[in-house]
Amino acid sequence: MTGASSWSFREDDSTRIHGILRGFLGETNARTALIVDRTGQLVATVGEAPAFDPTAFASLTAADFSANDQLARMLGEAEFGALFHQGERESMYLADVARRVILVVLFDNRTTLGLVKLRVKPALGQLTQVFTEMFNRDGTSAPGVESAFLGEAEDEIDKLFGA
Amino acid sequence: MSMINYASREINCKLVYYGPGLGGKTTNLEFVYNKVAPGSRGKMISLATETERTLFFDFLPVDLGTIRGFKVKFHLYTVPGQVYYNASRKLILKGVDGVVFVADSQIERMDANIEAMQNLYENMAQHGYDLTKIPFAVQYNKRDLPNAAPIAELQAAVNPGWTVEEPSKHRTVADPYHDSEFLVWQQDGHWIERAPYFEAVAVTGDGVFDTLKAISKSVVKTLG
Repeated sequence: MTGASSWSFREDDSTRIHGILRGFLGETNARTALIVDRTGQLVATVGEAPAFDPTAFASLTAADFSANDQLARMLGEAEFGALFHQGERESMYLADVARRVILVVLFDNRTTLGLVKLRVKPALGQLTQVFTEMFNRDGTSAPGVESAFLGEAEDEIDKLFGA
Repeated sequence: MSMINYASREINCKLVYYGPGLGGKTTNLEFVYNKVAPGSRGKMISLATETERTLFFDFLPVDLGTIRGFKVKFHLYTVPGQVYYNASRKLILKGVDGVVFVADSQIERMDANIEAMQNLYENMAQHGYDLTKIPFAVQYNKRDLPNAAPIAELQAAVNPGWTVEEPSKHRTVADPYHDSEFLVWQQDGHWIERAPYFEAVAVTGDGVFDTLKAISKSVVKTLG
């Protein structure tokens, strides 16, 4: 492998993931579920639209999860599969999906950590299946960008960063 | 690993500024943050110590706009330069699409530059990435200082180049940024390639956008 592998996220992937997460949010009364990839990019948001900057949130989530992964290894654990951050009103639960993405669940006192943990297990099983299929098909069916894209992107770069 | 999200029609690319401590990585991002139109950039996040040394990373998302139906975003990251923060540095490289190495031109920092460059190669290799095969640029910062080393000396130490094994790449490539210099050339029977370089004074912004333009164009090329 020379660089990091690219992967693509299609319309039908999005439909399946949204379906799984909507079901999970309905069962638990949690507010929002986000999928963030391990490099810090936001992949999907389901439920109440968050009031914060989701791009910054995704980069911090990935950093948080990666730092904890290293801490786990120092303790002799292969990983911490899940993390929980408790606030006075708002809390978040993070769980690994297929070693490539992170499920983030935001919830408040309308539900409990116990219920979130109970219902997240089947949801994680289904998400793992979807993401594993996505990663396995990579490089074979990713359509890439149109050829005219490159020229236009270069023009935009010149405009934004000064010609 | 640039991710193409066909559902939200987004392409996100990750650029990492790497280099020795106090070399000017954060200053590069701050200048970009202050100069880019507010509508084209997000919030800048800095995980820093009380003395403003980078502890984990700085993060700045920049929005290129919609191109052929895709929203294109560059996520700019810096790493902490101090030697003992290597664990954090390595984490930030995960999924990187392009690297800018910010070297400190001061002659006294020559060893720190070389050490940071070796550390970059090692950390990339540990992720399974090959720095010679992804978009990569070197920025020589602090060119305004009286103790700045000559460019030729810095190039020889920090960016000497690597042997090109692939026969299809055995052809001379002129350096588009410097007259009569080359990015790929033949020397003593070997083909050598090296990263493009830029001179900068990040505190005043000189060279900051030249570097960013070059690396972002190289990254966009890899999407085709």
